[in-house]
Amino acid sequence: MSTSDTPDATSAKATSAKSTSAKATTSRPTSLPPAGRTPVAQRPHAGLGDRLRLWWDALARPTQWAIGVPFILLIAALPVIRPPLLTTVGTDFGSVMAQFGMVALIAIGLNVVVGQAGLLDLGYVGFYAIGAYTVALLTSPDSPWNLTDDWLSNDWAWLACLPVAIAVTAISGLILGSPTLRLRGDYLAIVTLGFGEIVRLLADNLDSVTGGGRGLSQVAYPRVGVSEEHPNGVFSAGNASGTLNAGVWWFWVSIVLIVIALLVVGNLERSRVGRAWVAIREDEDAAEIMGVPTFRFKLWAFVIGAAIGGISGALYAGQVQFVVPTNFNVINSMLFLCAVVLGGQGNKLGVIVGAFVVVYLPNFFLGRTEIFGIPIDGNEIANYKYLFFGLALVLLMIFRPQGLFPARQKLLTYGRELYVAARAAARKVSGAGDGSGRADAVPAVDVATEGDAR
Amino acid sequence: MSLLLHGGQLYADGVIDFDLGRLADNFWALTVDGLTYGAIYALVAVGYTLVYGVLRLINFAHSEIFMLGMFGQYAMLMLLGFYPSGNAFDKGVLLTVVYLCLAMIGGMVVSGGAAVGLERLAYAPLRKRGAPSLVFLITAIGASFILQEFVHFVLPKLTGGELGGVNAQQPIRLVVPTTQFTIFGADVTNVDLVIIVAALALAFVTDRFINATKFGRGIRAVAQDPVTATLMGVSRERIIMLTFLIGGVLAGAAAMLYTLRVPSGIIFSGGFILGIKAFSAAVLGGIGNLRGALLGGLLLGVMELYGQAVFGTEWRDVVAFVLLILVLMFRPTGILGESLGRARA
Repeated sequence: MSTSDTPDATSAKATSAKSTSAKATTSRPTSLPPAGRTPVAQRPHAGLGDRLRLWWDALARPTQWAIGVPFILLIAALPVIRPPLLTTVGTDFGSVMAQFGMVALIAIGLNVVVGQAGLLDLGYVGFYAIGAYTVALLTSPDSPWNLTDDWLSNDWAWLACLPVAIAVTAISGLILGSPTLRLRGDYLAIVTLGFGEIVRLLADNLDSVTGGGRGLSQVAYPRVGVSEEHPNGVFSAGNASGTLNAGVWWFWVSIVLIVIALLVVGNLERSRVGRAWVAIREDEDAAEIMGVPTFRFKLWAFVIGAAIGGISGALYAGQVQFVVPTNFNVINSMLFLCAVVLGGQGNKLGVIVGAFVVVYLPNFFLGRTEIFGIPIDGNEIANYKYLFFGLALVLLMIFRPQGLFPARQKLLTYGRELYVAARAAARKVSGAGDGSGRADAVPAVDVATEGDAR
Repeated sequence: MSLLLHGGQLYADGVIDFDLGRLADNFWALTVDGLTYGAIYALVAVGYTLVYGVLRLINFAHSEIFMLGMFGQYAMLMLLGFYPSGNAFDKGVLLTVVYLCLAMIGGMVVSGGAAVGLERLAYAPLRKRGAPSLVFLITAIGASFILQEFVHFVLPKLTGGELGGVNAQQPIRLVVPTTQFTIFGADVTNVDLVIIVAALALAFVTDRFINATKFGRGIRAVAQDPVTATLMGVSRERIIMLTFLIGGVLAGAAAMLYTLRVPSGIIFSGGFILGIKAFSAAVLGGIGNLRGALLGGLLLGVMELYGQAVFGTEWRDVVAFVLLILVLMFRPTGILGESLGRARA
């Protein structure tokens, strides 16, 4: 910003009030701090996302529901409609969508930890594993815990296991979080990575507690819709063929859970807890000094994130009906993180899209021999999925580090607008003092009042 | 590892079998074994610690730099006319040492080049934008994916299936582990000797380089205060490249030593766990602190094998991670503290 652009200098130099006015008005954006944000409507390049967000925020709650519910129903109907270009060739589209539902749930949970509170958790797969193992240990006939005829026998229903899985993962989040959350940034990342690996190794090595490397089979699933066609209900892995297969049913269950999770997380974001998370993420020391009990809120984020990961693990155990330690490799943690970063940290709807990309893209190419008439080797491309994810992550971080759908933090925006207004007010004071009643001082004041009004 | 199993069954009726006798019986053998692993961890840990000291960045892809080093030394041996075989090549002591040195140079060149390339292509653009540290870490994870999958899928196509792919490389054996002498009843093989001597020599050279040369002073200056260092005429960009180069070269050397110890470990996924452990070693000693990384590496290698003796082979990694968490809980800046810059002004 050159000095001649500031209203004071122009007012001193200019001879005609009109030319000064024009100059001051046009130069205003450059003389404001770069963080200054004008309302979306006035901004020249307000993107589609911004317009959409503004439009959505302006709607009343019932209207939001009236639009949201049919949209969710449309998404839910996707695996039934199976649109020709969208559907997968090599694998069943229903089970791909079920997988997407689980990863989306994970992304929502991980987003609370990484996106909201800014705690880099590389061992999130550990909570996923604990959720899955809780259900499996309670219901599988292979479970070493089933030898008692007591309440620990294996006749638990899947739905009854769900709250238990949530509780157990929340407690494990508490156990991991309370000693480690005093660490900052990179140290936390490596400790959580170690935790994720420890959970897997424990599942692998503790034969007498977790069944060891053989895994646990015949995990319970909801026995709903038992008919002659489906002797074990629609959720059974036996219901594998047709349009309404088990994958579709599990997808619907996960949609219900996702909506509940979104409501809970959304309310938390708008509450004091959410504001504390943002404050911790932006500057932990400043938050602490301002009286935010940072440790407690970080622990909250960890526990809530863990619990949501546990729900997803329970879904996984029920759907696959077989739990084995190798499914919970640390590389999965990286994929989950990929979904969150890709979608846009802090944007809970964006991370769902990120989850969809992470799950769907490799499956999209699987078994495909041509796309839009261009012959391709889909299986080969699907093989390269980690290579592409790696490239996507690196390129994304270089060119768009905020993700595909970045979060707009209302709180931060509000803070910046206050700052801009304060700057403008300060300029008004100095402009008035310097102008000393001259006619060419008036435009500067005009500019300042305009800034105030925002 | 067979010497660790003599104490009887690894599995007992308890949840976790616990046998201090195994540790007491094999204490010195475990120590020697642990020191060889520890020396390798230490060399890799130096790469993490230097980069962290200068950039405050966990170079998550450093484990993949190490993995590339294993392939680099393997490719060098193939270029020298060796081929995978069940028996070791017998070239005499002097010539074998020469070949080992050449292999090490091959590993160093590949690793060092990859580390500098990674810095230029992935991290330098982020630095120009002043990205937050989370962005760096995620980029590192992405780069780690890319390098692994490159060796997994692309390298076999480039080399006609000679290098890379899903399976581990067939080992090229230059040295047969033979016992040279015993310390307190523990056998010390020629492989152990080569690893420990080479690692100590490299550690000494690195320590002198950092603490006694102009370049080393530049690295310490940037680690301590990048702005002032720049004002004093130190080129930050060049120092960062130099740091990555040193880390990469040491990882390449460590890769060659590791393949002597674990000949069948040359695989695309072979660097990951070792990298995490080496990072743990760096944190253990106090990340950013060169001597801390060396100490942490040796300590982790030895403690890991003690833990393995007490609890059983399958608990080795768990011991390493639990040790890391415990140390960070009680001494969050590691044993010697974070201080590359403050090491010696």
